[in-house]
Amino acid sequence: MISREEVEHVARLARLHLDEEALERMGSELSQIIDYVQQIGELDLAGVEPTMHAVALTNVFREDEIWKGLTQDEALSNAPNVEAGHFAVPRMG
Amino acid sequence: MSNGHGSYGEYEAVIGLEIHLQLKTNTKMFCSCAVTFGEEPNTRVCPICLGHPGSLPVTNGRAVEYATRIALALDCGIAPHTIFHRKNYFYPDLPKAYQISQYDLPLGVGGHLDVEQEDGSTNRVGITRVHMEEDAGKLVHAGGATGRIHGADYSLVDFNRGGTPLVEIVTEPDIRSSEQARSFLNQLKNLIEHLGVSDVNMEEGSLRCDANVSVRRPGEPLGTKTELKNMNSFRFLARGLEAEIERQLSDLGAGEKVRQATVHFDPSTGSISVLRSKEEAHDYRYFPEPDLVPIVLDEAFIEKQRAELPELPAARKERLMAQYALSAYDAGVLAGNRSLGDYFERVAAEGDAKLAANWVMGDFSAYLNAQGFTVDESRVAPEDLAELLRLIADGTLSGKLAKDVFATMAESGQKPGHVVEERGLGQISDEGALEAIVAGIVDANPSAVAEYRSGNKKVMGFFVGQVMKETKGRANPQLANSLIRRALEA
Amino acid sequence: MSHDVYELSGIRCRGLLESGQASATELVQVYLDRMRGVDKQVGAYLLSNEEAALQQAAEIDAKPPEERRPWEGVPIAVKDIMATKGVETTCASRILSGYRPPYDATAIRKLKEAGLIILGKLNMDEFAMGSSTENSAYQPTRNPWDLERVPGGSSGGSAAAVAAAETPWALGTDTGGSIRQPASLCGVVGLKPTYGAVSRYGLIAFASSLDQIGPLTRTVSDAAALLGIVEGRDPLDSTSTGLREPIRLPTERDLAGRRFGVIKEFLGEAIDSGVREVFNDACKTIEALGGVVEEVSLPSVERGIAAYYIIAPAEASSNLARFDGVRYGYRSGEGEDLLSMYTHTRSEGFGPEVKRRIMIGTYVLSAGYYEAYYGQAQRTRTLIVQDFNRVFADYDYLISPTSPSVAFKLGERTADPLAMYLSDLCTIPVNLAGLPAISLPAGFSQGLPVGLHLISPHFGEQALLDAAHALEQKFLLEARPNLTEVTE
Repeated sequence: MISREEVEHVARLARLHLDEEALERMGSELSQIIDYVQQIGELDLAGVEPTMHAVALTNVFREDEIWKGLTQDEALSNAPNVEAGHFAVPRMG
Repeated sequence: MSNGHGSYGEYEAVIGLEIHLQLKTNTKMFCSCAVTFGEEPNTRVCPICLGHPGSLPVTNGRAVEYATRIALALDCGIAPHTIFHRKNYFYPDLPKAYQISQYDLPLGVGGHLDVEQEDGSTNRVGITRVHMEEDAGKLVHAGGATGRIHGADYSLVDFNRGGTPLVEIVTEPDIRSSEQARSFLNQLKNLIEHLGVSDVNMEEGSLRCDANVSVRRPGEPLGTKTELKNMNSFRFLARGLEAEIERQLSDLGAGEKVRQATVHFDPSTGSISVLRSKEEAHDYRYFPEPDLVPIVLDEAFIEKQRAELPELPAARKERLMAQYALSAYDAGVLAGNRSLGDYFERVAAEGDAKLAANWVMGDFSAYLNAQGFTVDESRVAPEDLAELLRLIADGTLSGKLAKDVFATMAESGQKPGHVVEERGLGQISDEGALEAIVAGIVDANPSAVAEYRSGNKKVMGFFVGQVMKETKGRANPQLANSLIRRALEA
Repeated sequence: MSHDVYELSGIRCRGLLESGQASATELVQVYLDRMRGVDKQVGAYLLSNEEAALQQAAEIDAKPPEERRPWEGVPIAVKDIMATKGVETTCASRILSGYRPPYDATAIRKLKEAGLIILGKLNMDEFAMGSSTENSAYQPTRNPWDLERVPGGSSGGSAAAVAAAETPWALGTDTGGSIRQPASLCGVVGLKPTYGAVSRYGLIAFASSLDQIGPLTRTVSDAAALLGIVEGRDPLDSTSTGLREPIRLPTERDLAGRRFGVIKEFLGEAIDSGVREVFNDACKTIEALGGVVEEVSLPSVERGIAAYYIIAPAEASSNLARFDGVRYGYRSGEGEDLLSMYTHTRSEGFGPEVKRRIMIGTYVLSAGYYEAYYGQAQRTRTLIVQDFNRVFADYDYLISPTSPSVAFKLGERTADPLAMYLSDLCTIPVNLAGLPAISLPAGFSQGLPVGLHLISPHFGEQALLDAAHALEQKFLLEARPNLTEVTE
């Protein structure tokens, strides 16, 4: 069972706000799912290497060559708030 | 206040540094945008470094090479198998809300840098790890009065810097004073300059330094450390460390404990501010970056990078001593600054090495300091200084005149030959010409001649002065002396 | 021009264009008309690209035929998870409403370079999270075979659009079955290629180590042709490989000597009897075509769902962190400071399933849990890969039903997320192992399509398409969805 504090902590990490009801519901759904996936912790997998990609590649590099990027207008065209060629965000303090 | 040399009463300071270097590649770490400084905001960006949905990183191979050279130059072991992780946190300058960095499999581990102290002793600083990552964008805090986060009305983000290749170097806590920290950073900077893989310019941010600072009584276990962030010049590094050590000592002196914290040094007030420790602490949720594949560096690659290493400062010092017969001190100074060393070698290539060393470390360095110039910004090309030294050697210029000529060269960028000619400064070593002048002066001053001949040898000075006056100081002094003596004793 | 739209495959469109029997404009118009006629009922499209499509068609029609590329003028539609330059791309999420990407996904670029005409963007579960397309922030999509039922998901819009003949073919994406399950539920062909065969550049990431783009089509040959257009190693995707050999159109008609392993663990009680019947019949058809069918066991795949529901949400929680209201997409008007802007934007912008998975993923990666969850899941993944490798030493294909059930009713499963997750048991292990797999219409249960799931070793796409083609010729399914075109 995942505690309410844990749900709140995880929501904070994920920058999600959950109201009372959502917190309750998320808590029980999360518990149910985590209970289910926990079966994986029971396996003895000592000595088994983790797989990151099923098709294993190594050393994929790019040449250090400049490509044309976006213009300032293009870069800012989707931004909700722009000022003087910058992306603008609310005060941080 | 302590003296910066590690004497803090019964305490000692324990300092470890975390240094970030921007690599001097053409393009960013994971996309093909140009790495530049000082462009219009958000003009060196693309869907990848803006973190647009669907975009993917691809590693810059040259950045891996450069990072490997740095790790090798610091005597690190190179990991045969290394990967990137994602470091997850929200911040407006971090477009993907994760930084692609390295975590438990860094590129290089277990190196060291031997730092020569001013007293000639050596302090070996262990290098814990060398790893690769990407830089964040730049934030400007607008509105409000201070231009700082607190009190600002809003903030502006420019992603030109975002994604610039960074190498992070983490040292062991082997540093005991702000002075040692400064020497370490100086020598690291010089080492990287020799490698030519970063501009290592603190003011422009291509070299950044954080410090972990704690104090303890010698022999005791490590004290609680604080993280001193972002000291952006060598001077502030030393002052910031001193201020933080002082702050911790005064806490202890007041019977309080040092608390783990992130602290900032404000150079304008000289004071340390302790940042509120974040509620959620640090939970970066590191996991292997699934958009990239592992890097496997085999012996052939590592040996190739080793072969690419230029001569490093320690070896250069030895060579300068052997090749140019310089003193250990001179060789150390010249090997301690890559561009100064390069400058010296170009001057010395064409003449007297000892003379070259004296000039490069003397008048030339004084001129740079006075102007606040780097070697590259100097108006005196090494070929021109070499020519000036030749003019001294062949007797065209006296040492004193050469200093005047140098001053003009430094101001105008003119060649020494040009300055000498324009100002008619060439030393007169033509025996016939000087003889005529001396004869004239002897004829015009019979009483002084008589005095000399009666035994007052001091009048000699009067005659030399007259010759110099007549020649506007250009007479070769030795020649003038012997000609005068010959005329008087004839 | 009058065409039976159900007869129009991608290859058939190409044939009509080449022979001059149809112009590109006519073809585009056929589909725009069809969309107008049925999409109010089906809800497959989020965006119709009408104006640009007609303009492109007119330009193609103006070219001399000898200057056209082979596929030039053939229409296609794409799941709204692929970046299309200048054309709104939402991932069916409110948080990307109004987002016009400044670039094309590599798969989109390849379609454009081949001259295909993009008809529009197709509905999906928000950020591809779901198995029913009910998680779209904009609209549900309905199954053309029964409008009360879901089309499956997450590529439900792609499967429904192809089934309803609102496009000859479509691109979808598959992270845990998101191409194959809706293909099965809508009675179309759905191919998930080997991980890396098709570039993920511009595919808005759900779970980076699992996501693959692939075709949804009405014929196996179309699947082969479309895969051939989009596959290939891409310098912009470090994990891409392309296929080892160019795909050719399948021509096989028998399965002589081919060995098929029936995965025992996929045929548990969860499988509906009607689905089981169609599957058993399909096994008989394989044998009738000369194939050998035997039962095999892959014990590790039973842990597949658990591993998947750690790995996929973990990667998703990180991939979806970039939606913060700073550079693009939705920004909440609420919130005085940065932290509350972030939190409001994300809370208002994401739907409940997306939030649930972000929460799971954040939880399993948070301090102290990494090894117990993510580490174990990646090791479990290794066991699954090893199990597949072991049986592929003896078998050319592994088979199972694609989905344990036929299409279910809208709303039927939304209340129980875990039950919805468990229905992906046959498809998920394939993504974990990065294998290619196809879902092929094999019959009907209660009048609803049932898909046969074939899996082959890495880069075994050609063999997969060959076998699917032989079976397709034998199944010869003639039934069509019963959709009435409405006229305004």
